[in-house]
Amino acid sequence: MWGSTLLGYVGIDTIIEQMRKKTMKTGFDFNIMVVGQSGLGKSTLVNTLFKSQVSRRSSGWSRDDKIPKTVEIKSVSHVIEEGGVKMKLTVIDTPGFGDQINNENCWEPISKYINEQYEKFLKEEVNIARKKRIPDTRVHCCLYFISPTGHSLRQLDVEFMKHLGRAVNIIPVIAKADTLTPEEKTEFKQRVRKELEVCGIEFYPQKEFDEDMEDKSDNDKIREAMPFAVVGSDKEYQVNGKRVLGRKTAWGIVEVENPNHCEFSLLRDFLIRSHLQDLKEVTHNIHYETYRAKRLNDNGGLHPISSSSDTQESNL
Amino acid sequence: SSGGGPQGHRSYQQKNLEGYVGFANLPNQVYRKSVKRGFEFTLMVVGESGLGKSTLINSLFLTDLYSSEYPGPSHRIKKTVQVEQSKVLVKEGGVQLLLTIVDTPGFGDAVDNSNCWQPVIDHIDSKFEDYLNSESRVNRRQMPDNRVHCCLYFIAPSGHGLKPLDIEFMKRLHEKVNIIPLIAKADTMTPEECQQFKKQIMREIQEHKIKIYEFPETDDEEENKLVKKIKDRLPLAVVGSNTIIEVNGKRVRGRQYPWGVAEVENGDHCDFTILRNMLIRTHMQDLKDVTNNVHYENYRSRKLAAVTYNGADNNKSKGQLTKVDTVEGISPLAQMEEERREHMAKMKKMEMEMEQVFEMKVKEKLQKLKDSEAELQRRHEQMKKNLEAQHKELEEKRRQFEEEKVSWEAQQHLLEQQKLDASRYTLPNQKKGKNIDSFNKAVLNVLCMSLQH
Repeated sequence: MWGSTLLGYVGIDTIIEQMRKKTMKTGFDFNIMVVGQSGLGKSTLVNTLFKSQVSRRSSGWSRDDKIPKTVEIKSVSHVIEEGGVKMKLTVIDTPGFGDQINNENCWEPISKYINEQYEKFLKEEVNIARKKRIPDTRVHCCLYFISPTGHSLRQLDVEFMKHLGRAVNIIPVIAKADTLTPEEKTEFKQRVRKELEVCGIEFYPQKEFDEDMEDKSDNDKIREAMPFAVVGSDKEYQVNGKRVLGRKTAWGIVEVENPNHCEFSLLRDFLIRSHLQDLKEVTHNIHYETYRAKRLNDNGGLHPISSSSDTQESNL
Repeated sequence: SSGGGPQGHRSYQQKNLEGYVGFANLPNQVYRKSVKRGFEFTLMVVGESGLGKSTLINSLFLTDLYSSEYPGPSHRIKKTVQVEQSKVLVKEGGVQLLLTIVDTPGFGDAVDNSNCWQPVIDHIDSKFEDYLNSESRVNRRQMPDNRVHCCLYFIAPSGHGLKPLDIEFMKRLHEKVNIIPLIAKADTMTPEECQQFKKQIMREIQEHKIKIYEFPETDDEEENKLVKKIKDRLPLAVVGSNTIIEVNGKRVRGRQYPWGVAEVENGDHCDFTILRNMLIRTHMQDLKDVTNNVHYENYRSRKLAAVTYNGADNNKSKGQLTKVDTVEGISPLAQMEEERREHMAKMKKMEMEMEQVFEMKVKEKLQKLKDSEAELQRRHEQMKKNLEAQHKELEEKRRQFEEEKVSWEAQQHLLEQQKLDASRYTLPNQKKGKNIDSFNKAVLNVLCMSLQH
């Protein structure tokens, strides 16, 4: 392929602007799942991330609700808008995870849900008359909340991430990080990262999907800093003349967006400001493709289904 | 034990003393004796790993019970729940305290935590059993009290409520040991969150009818006020720390955060001081008393009421006395009757079984005998047949022989006849007669010889 120098301004670079306009018009979907024991601040964190009351808690569920006897999957969708860009954000909550006395296989309902979304998408894709825009309910990102014990990962954490690391992008976060002093935080993070490595758990951003050197160096930095130790809050306080999101204790105010206090800003920038699109792409190009290949190989080829009849697929 | 004068009986007359007698010195004597003996206290800590149990124990007793050489329960990762004891002797102001801390590493840490409370229950029961045995011995000079006097249960600071595991554990142990629930790592929560959390927990404790340790009411008004204040702050939210930090010129135990220092002994920050004062300074003896008078007695009466008819004899031979509580009267006797009936039923069943077995054996033997009899019969028949066959054979032979004999005689007769006929025709030649006789004799001989063949 030979390159030719342009003799004048053609206007090819306006394609970026065209894409931007299109994206703004169509908007996009983002599906985020939160997994962790009850009381780790999942709902609060999601609200803080998207600076609005988008979690299940804000949509009518109260704190005093009983812990369900099995893991349930509850999703809530909102449309949020910023700078002309519309995003349909779906937060998928998993109440009951890890809360029972016997938590054997409590990740199975979650795994089933994730695969069901892939299946839905696959069915739509395989249709003869396809929809113009296939609704994307696939889980783009799974925030896994680690309890800040200060010691190491719990057996349940390892089991979950082992079973689901290959099906969805898992981003582990250390919840309620205001429990840990800075030294404890560093030690804990190191120990957790070592344990993840020993168990062979690949969290997002996965090393194997780095596309080029630039990606690799950026992602390496992020991987070194993970898991992020976060604090969430939806209350504002006055600190040094500014209004900040924080938690007020008797010995001081924990500022959520202060990088000296916790790594919430790092998480937010990583998740929303730089890697949001990449999360979707990895989900579509890698996790979904893996699922699709497996399905097609197992079934000996899926036949296109006409949109009028919706035959039941064989069970997985 | 404690107590002052007459308890509520109006029948005792109060007399005034005319001078100083000196029995006001009794408490001092008791005190001196106790101090000489020293005190013992067993404290159990239960909770998931990473809730700050070791740090709290170190803070409570201001000693490094757990350190890098002997790490706390969370550092000893166990596959199943273990129960481990560590003893430490602390001395203060001439008073000696033998403190035993019972750990439960591995509690609530597995994926499947069903029955993780069972080792704890077993441990507590075994200590009660030891005490019961040593109480029943003949020689009771040395009676160490290793019973668990208090169980500190650590609740994770989720902010929502109790977990199913918490409820299950407390329900199973509230009648065996004094449970004091604590909210661990209380510096995770803001004051409002803490308040709400405490209310929620107390609500759930009442809902599930869990009996946590109750602070006793006293006659003293002042003390009662204090007790009420403590009760309002239950469950106690604690923070532990072994590091000393400088705050406003003072050296305090605390945790240093970028946004401030959480002080362990500051009443506004957490309830640690209340816990320490209550556990060590005011209610240690009461915890022991409640353990002895309530939990231990429950165990004891349940154990002794279950003494069986046979069990009584066994226990006697082991040198233990079994007291049948006459106040309870009916239940142990009914129990014994029940046991006896059971025993009889068992005996009957065994008897029936043995009979069945016996019958079966008899049948088998009979069958065997029948079989061998049939066998003998068969052989007998066979032999008889053989014999008959032989007999027939012989008969046959004899008949043949007879037949031959007859034919040979007939032939002889024929020869004789021929000889006679031959001699009639040659009468004149008498000389020839002799010759004919010899000729006939020779013919006879030839005939005999041919017959013999």
